[in-house]
Amino acid sequence: MEFGLWAQLPSVLPEVGLTALAIVVLFADLYGSAVTRRNVVYISAVGMALLALAPLIWLPDPALFENGTLLWGGMVNYDPLSQIFKVMLLLAGAVTCLMAAGDKGVGDKGEFYLIVIVATLGGVMMSSASDLILVFVALETLSIPLYMLASFRRGDSRSAESGMKYFLYGAFASAIMLFGFSLLYGFTGTTNLSGIAAALDGGGGDSLIGVMTALVMVVVGFGFKIGAVPFHFWTPDVYEGAPTPVTAFVSVSSKAASFALLLRFLTAAFPVELVIGGVIIQDFWVNLLIVVSIVSMTLGNVVALRQSNIKRLLAYSSIAQAGYTLIGVAALQGADDSLAVASVSFYMFMYIFTNLLVFGGVILFISATDTEAISDMAGLNRRSPWLALFITIGLLSLGGIPPAAGFFGKFFLFQAAVKANLVGLALIAVTNAIIALYYYLVVIKVMYVDVGPDDDKPIALPRAYAWSLGITALVVILLGTIAVTPIYDWATLGAAGL
Amino acid sequence: MDGTGFSVLTAIIFIPIIAGVVILFLDRKNRDLVRGIGITAASAVMALSLAVFLGYDNYVKADGGLISQQRALLESGAELSGARMFADALAFEQRIVWVESLGIAYHVGVDGVSAPMVLLTGMVAVAGVLISWNIQDRLREFMAFFMFLVAGVYGVFIAVDLFMLFFFYELAIFPMYLLIAGWGWVKLREYAAMKLTLYILVGSVFSLVGAVAMYFAAGDFFAGSGADIFQAALASGLLPADSQPFSWSITQLTLAAENGAFSIEILGIEGLSFARFWFPFMFMGFGVLAGVFPFHNWSPDGHVAAPTAVSMIHAGVLMKVGAFAALRAGVQLLPDGADTHLPWIVFLTLINVVYGALIAFRQRDFKYVIGFSSVSHMGLVSMGWATMNLTGMTGAGIQMFSHGAMTALFFGVVGMVYDRAHTRDIPSLGGFIKVMPWVGVAFVIGGLTSMGMPGLSGFIAEFPIFQGMWAASEQITLQLGSFQLSNYYSVMVVIAASGIVITAAYVLRVAGQVFFGEFDADRFHDVGNIDMSDRIVLIILGAPLIILGLYPPIMAPMIESGIVPLIALLGGG
Repeated sequence: MEFGLWAQLPSVLPEVGLTALAIVVLFADLYGSAVTRRNVVYISAVGMALLALAPLIWLPDPALFENGTLLWGGMVNYDPLSQIFKVMLLLAGAVTCLMAAGDKGVGDKGEFYLIVIVATLGGVMMSSASDLILVFVALETLSIPLYMLASFRRGDSRSAESGMKYFLYGAFASAIMLFGFSLLYGFTGTTNLSGIAAALDGGGGDSLIGVMTALVMVVVGFGFKIGAVPFHFWTPDVYEGAPTPVTAFVSVSSKAASFALLLRFLTAAFPVELVIGGVIIQDFWVNLLIVVSIVSMTLGNVVALRQSNIKRLLAYSSIAQAGYTLIGVAALQGADDSLAVASVSFYMFMYIFTNLLVFGGVILFISATDTEAISDMAGLNRRSPWLALFITIGLLSLGGIPPAAGFFGKFFLFQAAVKANLVGLALIAVTNAIIALYYYLVVIKVMYVDVGPDDDKPIALPRAYAWSLGITALVVILLGTIAVTPIYDWATLGAAGL
Repeated sequence: MDGTGFSVLTAIIFIPIIAGVVILFLDRKNRDLVRGIGITAASAVMALSLAVFLGYDNYVKADGGLISQQRALLESGAELSGARMFADALAFEQRIVWVESLGIAYHVGVDGVSAPMVLLTGMVAVAGVLISWNIQDRLREFMAFFMFLVAGVYGVFIAVDLFMLFFFYELAIFPMYLLIAGWGWVKLREYAAMKLTLYILVGSVFSLVGAVAMYFAAGDFFAGSGADIFQAALASGLLPADSQPFSWSITQLTLAAENGAFSIEILGIEGLSFARFWFPFMFMGFGVLAGVFPFHNWSPDGHVAAPTAVSMIHAGVLMKVGAFAALRAGVQLLPDGADTHLPWIVFLTLINVVYGALIAFRQRDFKYVIGFSSVSHMGLVSMGWATMNLTGMTGAGIQMFSHGAMTALFFGVVGMVYDRAHTRDIPSLGGFIKVMPWVGVAFVIGGLTSMGMPGLSGFIAEFPIFQGMWAASEQITLQLGSFQLSNYYSVMVVIAASGIVITAAYVLRVAGQVFFGEFDADRFHDVGNIDMSDRIVLIILGAPLIILGLYPPIMAPMIESGIVPLIALLGGG
């Protein structure tokens, strides 16, 4: 393929822009005046939000599709799926910056924003990577900043513990995944995802065990990143120990980027038509994911029932949410997978805003009261009606109650499952959704019904913060009502490009 | 009646939503404004609901209106299409495509079964706002959530798109949870609110999975072997021109149902058709909210724990939402399954009727009596569905309205007594008719309705149900493997009628002990008569019981016209 720099540049515009933004932020923080340093948060947030517009304006040129969507020597896949994930990751970064702004020891340090930008860069790269080398580089570009973020409050032993745990588990998972990659390369002689499928196709049975081992290893690595059972052990401790804005960021960015990559990896490298030695590889990974999904949902939800710390509750809830999303990945089986891909993309899109909303509310609550116990949220409705309402909207969305976005998110996933003849899985999932709703409702009940000792002490909601929470809440409602169609159609478009 | 323009039904849904949002933004100390917006919105939707009801009544009864059309169709001997008849019965329609790729549309309209329900919801909404006039604690939030609840309930009744039906169904549940948990009876509210929410949601999500399965089965049918039927429906205008094979439109799913899309065999088991497998999920899933035994358990606790306005809307309207959705999404879309399963479900409804009444008789708490009486009366509604004939199902439709107004009236009465006497313990009350004559009279009217006294709406409702049961007895046979049971509906009528006797017993007992007898003037010295707004509540809810009882043609033909398409679907003539 002829290499045209200008033709191919839009495909990596967010990556280039993020790199530039990172440099700007670094220097602004190092050499800028006091005013500039204070405004680093806005530089970062606005910069990322503007970059999020770029994929919207430069939608992939249809002409590129004729020669395939692989650009930059087959490293980058420039398709609608990558665009939708890039947009959501950039917006997640921007919102995280705004929410961290007032957090002492986190948001007042310029390097926090730098690290968030670099982590976002990693996530953005992941969502379009289509070569094992770039996949791994992107994954580490995302992960290493996250380890640093988790231990960002150096003086706080919980934060340090959280960072250390995250690093050890993460490094372990990366190593296993890398080993899987090397096996794949060994069997196929190529690092390109679609090249792997072509090289494996029609192969004899002798490579079967090796390929399956590699597949399992890669799935283990992803399982760690998305916090699925049985690779979830880091989640509660890291979520609890890390500074809350970081927890919010970890819970959305690394998960969304990983799901983007998982979709691409499984459909490109192990497509439906791939048969090795008479074994249909897709059946193997679909069954594997079904099991992981069921276990994640059930364990996450059941353990969450017993939590008394709001951050740990959200940690287990996010394990369960990963389980729901895996339903969509498991539903990739079959010839027409567009519903499944679209459902996963939509779910992640709404999940990012939902989780940021909940965490945003919780950040403010924790910094105002210095406690993380759910029972201390008693009477929050009286102390700050708006804060209580925002958290409630977020929890309802997580629980899948309309008009919040979660209703459509879950609906699309269940629909994809039924379409793929996974009715049993859908029934297990809806049962789980009910269990989950119980603990979300308990939190809401505590905020609205219970009477706390501090009922008469209002919690102030800073204006800027109220706006960012309010807009996020509005987005969550819109995604569940009138904005469903454009986003879902966009997600369907993403499915067509795979 | 066709129409894609703006529908008054859209206003009915959005007025409460907008009012709720506006109220949420008000200053919480400005209680008058909160109440003012609340009552304005509620009155507006009630007026619009009345207009819808009367407009539909006119549509049904006019020369060349729906009834004469249906009659001509039946007499012509032509082959009946339930989907066609259902589509013809809809009025005040509005349709906006929502998610085109999935065939989801915002599609509203009323038919003969839902039009009275719309009116009922309007009545209860106004009554609910009036009776909550003096709530002290967080009135702003209460009123806003109450408005959202009203909007959700309306949505279910007027949805002509199955997805919308679920959307509004779930939308209604959450505000209800908060209203009960936040403003209910302190001793029970947390437990009851959570129990109620989980019960109802468990039911609804299982039916949601069933609905998704129906969506794909119908879509596969229309895209495959039923393509010519689909094209014919497009050509005849039965389906909108932009329809796709995969759609959530209830009309389109009904069309699939009557052309055998849901008769496919599944799981490779002989005799287990798609419809037979999913019908229990669909019917019982919504039946939970209608209080069908053994899933009725949430209901008495929920009603007792809820604040008065919520009890009223809950027992008065929400249980009808369950019965209505079970009819719409269960019986109408899976008629084959109804034929198989309703003959045994009828036993459950019989338990509702008799057992509910017996337990109501044993209660000491005034509110529990009403709570269990709801379980008993809602059993009659489900029993009416199970007759699968015109008479019985029409009776059930009237019973939905009659019981809705009656039970809301009851809960209003209980609330007024409790607010002043501060106790609901029946033996310690007495002689209240002396100080609260309006309330006493209202209770007696409600009580007489409840025991099916001729001249009141209860008679108009219950008599056809029993008549329908009797008529159905010859037709319906329960088949369980090689076991066959026939002609048993007539026995059930006799047993169910005993429920009426028990009802009379507990109503008379409560009336005697609460409103008549000795009045303890020392203990209840501060109990006075009710004020104007409470009187309006009693009139709004009590008058329809008498009007409908004295002049049934105001509602019966309308409901009948809504049932006729169902009978065609169920294979009757």
